[in-house]
Amino acid sequence: MVQTVDVLVVGAGIVGASCAYFLTRAGLRVTVVDRGGVASGTTGAGEGNILVSDKEPGPELDLALRSTQLWRELAEECGGFEWDPKGGLVVAETQEVLDALVIFAERQQQHGRIAGSEVGTPEGAAPAPADVVATCIAAGDLRELEPHIADGLAGGVHYPQDAQVQPMLAAARLLKASGARLVRTAVERFLVSGDRVIGVRTGEGDVYADAVVNAAGTWAGSFAQAPLPIRPRKGFILVTQPFVVPPIRHKVYTAAYITNVASDAEGLETSGVIESTQAGTVLIGASRQRVGYDTSIDYRVLAKLARQAIGLFPVLADRQVMRAYAGLRPYSPDHLPVIGPDWRLENLFHACGHEGAGIGLAPATAEMITAQITGEPTPRDPAPFAPGRFA
Amino acid sequence: MIYDLAVIGAGPAGLTAARVAARRGLSVALVDAYARTGGQYLRGATQPRLTGIDVKLGQRVWAVEKSGEGFQIHASTTTTASTLLVATGTHDKVIPFPGWDLPGVLTAGGAQALVKGERVKPGEEIVVAGTGPFLLPVAVTLLDAGVRVKEVLEANRPSPHMAAALARVPSKAREAVAFARRLADARVPYRTGHAVVAAHGKDSVEGVTVAKITKDWKPYAWRTVDCDTLAVGYGFTPQVDLLVQLGCRTEGDHVVTDDRQRTSVDGVLAAGEVAGVAGAQAAVVEGALAVHALIGEPPPRLLAEKRRLRRFARALELSYPVRDGWQHWLRPDTLVCRCEEVTVTAIEEARDLGADDPRMVKLLARPGMGWCQGRMCGHAVARLTGHEPAPQKRPFAQPITLADLTLHDREDST
Amino acid sequence: MIEFGFQGRTITAEEGQSIGAALHAAGIRSWRTTRFGNRPRGLFCAIGACFDCLLTVNGTPDQRACQTVARSGDEVSP
Repeated sequence: MVQTVDVLVVGAGIVGASCAYFLTRAGLRVTVVDRGGVASGTTGAGEGNILVSDKEPGPELDLALRSTQLWRELAEECGGFEWDPKGGLVVAETQEVLDALVIFAERQQQHGRIAGSEVGTPEGAAPAPADVVATCIAAGDLRELEPHIADGLAGGVHYPQDAQVQPMLAAARLLKASGARLVRTAVERFLVSGDRVIGVRTGEGDVYADAVVNAAGTWAGSFAQAPLPIRPRKGFILVTQPFVVPPIRHKVYTAAYITNVASDAEGLETSGVIESTQAGTVLIGASRQRVGYDTSIDYRVLAKLARQAIGLFPVLADRQVMRAYAGLRPYSPDHLPVIGPDWRLENLFHACGHEGAGIGLAPATAEMITAQITGEPTPRDPAPFAPGRFA
Repeated sequence: MIYDLAVIGAGPAGLTAARVAARRGLSVALVDAYARTGGQYLRGATQPRLTGIDVKLGQRVWAVEKSGEGFQIHASTTTTASTLLVATGTHDKVIPFPGWDLPGVLTAGGAQALVKGERVKPGEEIVVAGTGPFLLPVAVTLLDAGVRVKEVLEANRPSPHMAAALARVPSKAREAVAFARRLADARVPYRTGHAVVAAHGKDSVEGVTVAKITKDWKPYAWRTVDCDTLAVGYGFTPQVDLLVQLGCRTEGDHVVTDDRQRTSVDGVLAAGEVAGVAGAQAAVVEGALAVHALIGEPPPRLLAEKRRLRRFARALELSYPVRDGWQHWLRPDTLVCRCEEVTVTAIEEARDLGADDPRMVKLLARPGMGWCQGRMCGHAVARLTGHEPAPQKRPFAQPITLADLTLHDREDST
Repeated sequence: MIEFGFQGRTITAEEGQSIGAALHAAGIRSWRTTRFGNRPRGLFCAIGACFDCLLTVNGTPDQRACQTVARSGDEVSP
């Protein structure tokens, strides 16, 4: 197989599939290469979160707000991936934590307003992101949102913009709708001429391309010619039995989740994250561990997740778990995604390092990468995500 | 307490191993999900005296883990042992066809279990269909229970492998002749090259479509048979979940073992059907052999007997394969996955979206994601994507409640 | 002889018999419906592998009827 395309995308996860979708819509011919097929890596091991609620005020929140809009549009244009604007509910066990949550939400809202006014909208580019919408929920009102939630919580914050998709279907549908060719083979290395990437060597031969997008997720850092400091952060998900009507309506999680997402700790961290799916199961997370590429099951961690889930929803106690799986979140040293041109090799673009937010951030990432490849103005400041920050 | 040997599964293999090990002075735990010993084959008909064995019944093992001292077996209580023997047997292998999820369609093993284990007639008028010699004892069991067996339909045709194998194992040949005579006496037709390709009825089975099928199982002549029950089985699938959890090497549908039933994982033994479907006689021999992994050289007589029975099993495997022609029996709305109600059309859509292996089809269309965890549809989904059926990873070999799972949070519980 | 309740009926079972077998013997061949297509479900594998025969026993949901020994006074519902 020797062929030439406009853009070769490495990785058929949600980021690679989104890139293929946006690039082909821009008129480019795209081939996607993945050794495991569509959604075979981290995309196939997540809940499908599209969240603004857990994002610190800053560039990632902008990206998340933009992505939330784009997902809504993709659900209409493409669809078929169980997009569900269910909203998120962050709950606090104590008044002190609730106060902190409310301050966090206020900072997010202020940031949204500032970002909306200060980041200009270039000609023809997408509009600036909307504000964060967040409402404080008093303890007594939690059951209006979640009838089965535990007693004794201090209250919470409701984020109606949080949404969910079935991530594997989303990747598969976007890739299919893009019309891009998918080749199931491993990418061995980049083909380099001088300081330019001219294609990739795959298990099935060389593919030449004007641009290469590295959307290899957790494995994106390991290309010898352009290494990146991306490492795996393991997480488990417990899956319950199916329910006719699942007892959980929103994505519900504890404030500790936000701290854990932003944390640099090496050891095991867990926080209760519970939500249902359209298939009727309840997904229970979340754990974070740095243990390399090991995806073996640890029943101790699963037991902690079960305990936290019952803590939030006692009704789950006598319900059964059927499955568990581990996924590897690709994280970078500053926990921001890596989006943009490589600082060493021309024609190489990175779209990776989204940690646990890849599903949510994928469309806005693809939009930015597409603008960078086609030479159009980027819809928002790409600098915070520039791979060159690791130079 | 740390046992010298823990045996999971109290069927022919496990019972034999536990008794031999106890006689040799080893401390033994025998764990089984049922309230009685015997497994699917003996169905608790007689309860043997098990002296010197800690028998733990009603224990549904959901996980086994390697721990410092050996292995932990997690059920409603946790049992620890330095050596583990997994003898968890099989369940029926089934393939989808229109109407296969109607009440009144039972697996062949299920029909037999109802009669032998529960003393219940599965129905009044029954058709037995599928492939493999097991259909014969099922039909005879049903006759003995007073059920009217209308036909026995064997999808495969008589095989030269089988004739040769029966000649070498006279006990099996005598058994087959006895079954055939019993069917003939009751005027029950036994037809090879026939299959039930659809079941009909409103709320329960009222009849089935029987077809003549080619060597590749393509149907070419159809008729309807009235019945209230269908017993259907296409061989067996070893229940290797616990062995897969431990990382034991598998080949085809079973776990790889050596002459003393040792798996690829140190300290883990496997005997009986989990080491390859071969029937109860082989399971007994292998149960005895497994103990020799702990106490030294196995007697040559046992090794020879195992080889003989394994050869016979191989002949069965060659004679009663599941041919892909069953896919011609499907209709677009036929359920492939009973639990998640995934139709043939839904599987085709997933394939159209780029899913080219069973795992991807599962992620996109959900076959195998439901309560049975793919035990009933695993063969079909693999073959529909052109793959060989292979054991799946199931971190929970049995569902357990969230409350029970929390008990395994060791740091919190100590 | 054991007697248990199922949707207002009294079902008899032998000592040691499963709830699923007793229902089947009483001519009750399905006792739940699937969550998408409302398809009737009862015994299929009868050995605990297929989970078709789930029902609620004394308030505990999703028990396999074929694996649950009937006890006098049990209250069984879909």
